[in-house]
Amino acid sequence: MKPAQFDYFAPAKIRDALALLEEYKDEAKILAGGQSLMPLLNMRLARPRALIDINRITSHSYIRRENSVLAIGALTRHREIETSPLVRQKCPVLAEAVRWIGYPQIRNRGTMGGSLAHAHPAAELPAVVTALRGELRVIGPAGERTVKAEEFFQGFFTVALEPNEILSEVRLALWPKNAGFSFKEINRRHGDFAIAGVAALISLNERKECAESSIVLAGVNPTPLRAKRSEKLLKGRKITRDIIETAAALAAEDSDPPSDVHGSADYRRELVKVIVRRALEEAGARAMQNEK
Amino acid sequence: MARMYPIKLTVNGIEYERTVEARKLLADFLRDDLELTGTHVGCEHGACGACTVIMNGQTAQSCLMLAVQADGAEILTVEGLADGAGLHPIQQAFLDCHALQCGFCTPGVLLSAHALLQENSHPTEEEIRQGISGHICRCTGYVNIVKAIQAAAEKTAVAPLNAK
Repeated sequence: MKPAQFDYFAPAKIRDALALLEEYKDEAKILAGGQSLMPLLNMRLARPRALIDINRITSHSYIRRENSVLAIGALTRHREIETSPLVRQKCPVLAEAVRWIGYPQIRNRGTMGGSLAHAHPAAELPAVVTALRGELRVIGPAGERTVKAEEFFQGFFTVALEPNEILSEVRLALWPKNAGFSFKEINRRHGDFAIAGVAALISLNERKECAESSIVLAGVNPTPLRAKRSEKLLKGRKITRDIIETAAALAAEDSDPPSDVHGSADYRRELVKVIVRRALEEAGARAMQNEK
Repeated sequence: MARMYPIKLTVNGIEYERTVEARKLLADFLRDDLELTGTHVGCEHGACGACTVIMNGQTAQSCLMLAVQADGAEILTVEGLADGAGLHPIQQAFLDCHALQCGFCTPGVLLSAHALLQENSHPTEEEIRQGISGHICRCTGYVNIVKAIQAAAEKTAVAPLNAK
């Protein structure tokens, strides 16, 4: 239970980190908060030749509003997001989701970028960033590019990052002030990975029908799963009990959950129905409340 | 020979300069190099919380950090809680409320309780339970740990914690 040997670097500039990645390519691992990578190193499930510790690149830790976008640096710790008045005010679904990540020690160290790049299928942030139609900024030797969250998560622990690229920023489009949100998760103990989780947002038009919705599931698919049929069903409709039931059933049908010690695929699908229903009830009620 | 890295850090108010191998965990550095064996090593993958220390004012699991990463940091371990012979108010409350049996998890829980009370001097039971949710205790069932932290909060609300 001790890491194998590796070359260690702690560059202070992203440029230097990129140069190291260029040198070691896929034999290097980036160490951000380390709350997923360190266990893998300790158990020797990961044995990189080089470890590039980016914790000294402090320029990439920030939360700021840029017009209709909330920009979050990849090195921003979960705890900073959890306690940020700006996040609570402008992006409450993110503030809510972050509370579900691990426990205080994990949230003090773990980072936004680390969670997204690691891409655990049951993690909260990939789901909530996808639900917010986030865009991810990636830096490589040729410069910057932007990837949509939906395209970033490609499979089980697999993301659209080349071996010589670093995730630098997450950009979240802010929803209208009157939108309702909800984040629901079911696990055996608070802080465990979700057996099933969902992030939901609903905005209403002037007739109090659903103008836009976003429903993204965690833990029931190799990647965050956008419940597109449920979103489509809600559009232009009043958020009634019947519509919610049908939307929840569609989301359950569309999920592709694993069977493991925490629950069978059937159990997880049943949970999806329950949490999507609860999330839409809450998001819908909040949107109605905001309309008043 | 593996490359050694020089580090300089403050632990419980004392400055140390050492050289370490990059792969050495902070937990092992504290225990083996500084002989501060109050920091316990349980699961070694961030699930049990026994190795929790306070780094730059925030709790962190020292099995999920490399010693080289603590270069320049200020660390508080359980050895730094008590002031001389007298127990820290949180330690005293644990003793009074019988909040430990085997004691393996206790150093980590004490530090999480300390960090919690520094941030929130009047936590609710729910907030206390959230605050120690990163710790596994196989003896107490947590009930007396929660009581002890409540008792410490009441005591320290009168006499504020020294800024450790």
